[in-house]
Amino acid sequence: MKSRQGTSQPLQYLPFEEEVARIDQLIAQQGNEDSLHGKNASKIRQLQVRQTELLQKIYSNLSPWQTVQVARHPRRPILNDYLSLMFKDVHPLHGDRCFGDDKAITTALGQIGRHKVMIVGQNKGRDIKEKIACNFGCPNPEGYRKALLKMKFAEKFGLPIVTLIDTPGAYPGIGAEERGQAQAIAVNLMEMSRLRVPIVCIVIGEGGSGGALGIGVGDRLAMLEFAYYSVISPEGCAAILWHDGTQAPRAADALKLTAKELMQLGVIDAVIPEPLGGAHRNQHDTIYNVEQYIVRTLHQLKRKSIDELLEARYRKLRSIGEKCLNLAEIQPQIPERLSAKVQIEKAVQEAAEAKIEVQ
Amino acid sequence: MKPMAKDKKKKGWNGFSLRPRKEMPEGLWLACPGCKEMLFRKTMEENLHVCPECDYHFRIDGPTRIAQLADEGSFEELGADLASSDPLKFTWGDEKYQDRIRVNNGDGRSHEAMLAGKAFIKGRPVMLAAMNFGFLGGSMGMVVGEKFCRAVERAVDEKLPLVVVSCSGGARMHEGVVALQQMAKTSAALARFDQAGGLYISVLTDPTTGGVAASFSMLGDVIMAEPGALIGFTGPRVIQQTIKIELPEGFQRAEFLLEHGFIDMIVHRKDLRSEISRLIDYCGH
Repeated sequence: MKSRQGTSQPLQYLPFEEEVARIDQLIAQQGNEDSLHGKNASKIRQLQVRQTELLQKIYSNLSPWQTVQVARHPRRPILNDYLSLMFKDVHPLHGDRCFGDDKAITTALGQIGRHKVMIVGQNKGRDIKEKIACNFGCPNPEGYRKALLKMKFAEKFGLPIVTLIDTPGAYPGIGAEERGQAQAIAVNLMEMSRLRVPIVCIVIGEGGSGGALGIGVGDRLAMLEFAYYSVISPEGCAAILWHDGTQAPRAADALKLTAKELMQLGVIDAVIPEPLGGAHRNQHDTIYNVEQYIVRTLHQLKRKSIDELLEARYRKLRSIGEKCLNLAEIQPQIPERLSAKVQIEKAVQEAAEAKIEVQ
Repeated sequence: MKPMAKDKKKKGWNGFSLRPRKEMPEGLWLACPGCKEMLFRKTMEENLHVCPECDYHFRIDGPTRIAQLADEGSFEELGADLASSDPLKFTWGDEKYQDRIRVNNGDGRSHEAMLAGKAFIKGRPVMLAAMNFGFLGGSMGMVVGEKFCRAVERAVDEKLPLVVVSCSGGARMHEGVVALQQMAKTSAALARFDQAGGLYISVLTDPTTGGVAASFSMLGDVIMAEPGALIGFTGPRVIQQTIKIELPEGFQRAEFLLEHGFIDMIVHRKDLRSEISRLIDYCGH
């Protein structure tokens, strides 16, 4: 079991994993008395098999709210883990040349497979000191401006861009508003839609609204299996609909924020599988899966000409929500509209009829 | 006749008549939120929905905005009959998003959060779009995104300047990530418009927040705002709940943004038409 957990620290169990925790406890008790090769070996193995089955059962039908809890798990791999395990030769670049260096967004040069890339990612921090430095993964405007600056640098030298998204949302603070949070995100959206290098975006944990989208426009958008991506946090949505933040599980159901549901909606391009029991139970396998996806996708994207790529990127964005219904389909009687064209046509028709009558 | 009269007398106990009293027609007067003065509604409306005493700009809906900005009868709407397909099948409790779309278009004048079309402003042809706060808080969903992109594409084709009046709470929650992606979609369309050399004038009105502020509203070549308009990414209530500090006076108002360098000018509603037409002339459209 130790190898699956990755480290020796005890794992934090989520509320729906009580049974798993109990089995782990039982195994620990057996293990304490005797080792794996002792007289309790068969019993331990039995327990392990039961636990695996249980995890498979739980994780094959997680509810949307449970998915959100997995995505927020304190041991889920964060950007720093990806930087150390997935990329080689990482050179961080700092500062937005304007105000400061936001630690919630990390930008670095790095190598993945055979591709040299620009990495842009949101960092949440592991321990409390890091978390405070990173503002709990909530970027300020200077973070988005730094990201854009480094992406333009990548464009100049033809380096593909890989963005790793993991944020509860852009920071809601006085300073952030003073420095133009909205403008910083807006400019990123516009510029990323026309950067002349391939861009691969991956939601590795939380995809919180505009804060996630601010570095999330590209040729491909993929999500880890138990990550979530939403227009508003489930708590915020519940506070609006029920005036009660504790209704978040119901809001999570309604928002369709899991990778599987978004794939069905056609908003994302791929779902990257996570190992048994979620990414926090096996960081290495998770990061390996992400690496495989990025390398494969970059290989595909690099084969296309950049103009083709830009056209496809625009078409992809343009097609989201393109299939609007006709008003008549949801409401049979359409009231008269205040269209000048219609009014003129009517007047002309009336005039024509009147003339006939006169004659 | 007689028994009826008797009945009436009987009903009126204690000398009071039960017939409905002649009352003041509702909404004839209203209190101005700016100066607390009582205003005659008609005077306010004739004054472009601005308080004559303190210049408080009342919120106005899309059709009214277009009637104020465009030359009379020149507005030719694009995609007037678009409606959301409710991609999420969003429901909460017993309520359905789909019913909201229907109920809200009861008056038929404004069935979505944006109206877009070709119009003339002081004789200059433009693509004009105005948002409708009355429809689900002016929130941006697939219909707003689609109307916006069609307007931009038409503006590129016909080489027209683009004027967009924003008034919105942000992306529409009921359409989830589809609504969120409209931010990227509208911004991408504007990137193309920018490359084609088009002039984009963005007018921010009270309120412009969330996903709308963080996409097309803030991307104008020229950004103007109405006095006192609330403009920002996160709404002041959420900021206050998060950081638990009293927010400074005038925070996120148009004057605050002007001071911090995020908008070009603050324009009184009565000057919008002339200011827009002057800019169009300057940019040689």
